[in-house]
Amino acid sequence: MEEQTLKISKIKDGTVIDHIPPGKALKVLSILRIDEKDGNSISIGIRVMSKRLGQKDVIKIENRDLEKFEVDKISLIAPDATISIVKNYEITEKFSVDLPQRLVGIVKCSNTNCITNTKEPVVGEFTLLSKHPLQIRCNYCERTMNEKEATASLF
Amino acid sequence: MLRNRSVVSIADIGNDELSEIFRIADDMEKSLKSGKSLALMNGKIMATFFYEPSTRTRLSFESAMHRLGGSVISVAEAKSSSFAKGETLADTVRMAEGYSDIIVIRHSMEGAARLASRFTNKPIINAGDGSGQHPTQTVLDLYTIKKELGDINGKTVTIVGDLRYGRTVHSLLLALARFDTKVNLVSPPMLKIPDYVMSMLPRDFRVDVVDDLQSVIEDTDVLYVTRIQKERFSDPNEYQSVIGSYSISNETVGSMKQKSIIMHPLPRVDEILPEVDLSPKAAYFRQANNGVPVRMAMISLILG
Repeated sequence: MEEQTLKISKIKDGTVIDHIPPGKALKVLSILRIDEKDGNSISIGIRVMSKRLGQKDVIKIENRDLEKFEVDKISLIAPDATISIVKNYEITEKFSVDLPQRLVGIVKCSNTNCITNTKEPVVGEFTLLSKHPLQIRCNYCERTMNEKEATASLF
Repeated sequence: MLRNRSVVSIADIGNDELSEIFRIADDMEKSLKSGKSLALMNGKIMATFFYEPSTRTRLSFESAMHRLGGSVISVAEAKSSSFAKGETLADTVRMAEGYSDIIVIRHSMEGAARLASRFTNKPIINAGDGSGQHPTQTVLDLYTIKKELGDINGKTVTIVGDLRYGRTVHSLLLALARFDTKVNLVSPPMLKIPDYVMSMLPRDFRVDVVDDLQSVIEDTDVLYVTRIQKERFSDPNEYQSVIGSYSISNETVGSMKQKSIIMHPLPRVDEILPEVDLSPKAAYFRQANNGVPVRMAMISLILG
């Protein structure tokens, strides 16, 4: 913990996403659509030491709250992540992401011949088969997708 | 049990329901043979939407409904339907709900029947969705195995041909996994069974992927042959070499067990030579005939 604070300073207000699998922080940033144009102050720790995971990534974003659909998307690649809401340097709320059993409107089916990829009035809907490694099944065409396919097909 | 329920995937039919369908299909066959007309579906209407070409499935569904005393409304072809004008399937189904009691759909896209079932309270029957599933074909396939060989349990089923795109194969494999069967899968590498289908099978299910049909033919009780579609091959020479190594001749039949059968969902092209038709093992036309009593049983259970 001491080592971590040496590397990443505290934030005043915002969100801390911790226990991200090592090397996945940049993917989380892309899920949150954070790029070089983002005006907020952001700290990123990649492969920092962790008692629980050995190594982990951590992201601290000033002045940013996460929407439910963003948390669900993060849970696809970081199913053990914890999210802390910080107000005036204090953690006011802390929770673990929870990869839902049924994922609705988060991922698009990678099967181009799936009926959900047409103008029909439905969104992608999947059932979680496995968290580690990630495997989800389309509730329409029944194709399965792994983490790589799922994260490449986020809405 | 099946009352008012949609049948989109073979998983929508439980084992008890399968037995019930088989029992009623037997009764239906008897009444068909006796020439007795049935009035079980009097006043009921079936709407059929075949957005992809079909001969057997469509005719047997429509024949089944007529044999039960019901009536059928359908669009002649996708080109002449509102689909051609750009209407969504969701809207088509909501419209058809008011016109019919049961809706049968064949569509070129996977998941189409599942989507349809989400937009209506009327039962939807999947008559084939892209390379997805074809559950009523599977029910009639299982019925055929039971009728021809006495039981499904204890049988070795060898499935040959296009295992990648063949929807009948996907549904059949998932269904066989619910019985005490052993399955051999024989196909050219580019047409092998998709991983997503294999991932749906129970871990302890005995399924072998083999390259050579000859190596398993002697142990086979049911040889299930499917059509290899020419259009899947970019090189015509490759198609010729594949079709040559997978076509069933009298020589193949000669290597088979005394009490064994050859099945095919039809239409066949070059996979089974016409010489095989005379063999008592050739069960594919009997299999196609089973389509009517099986679908009569399913319709009467759903709308009963």
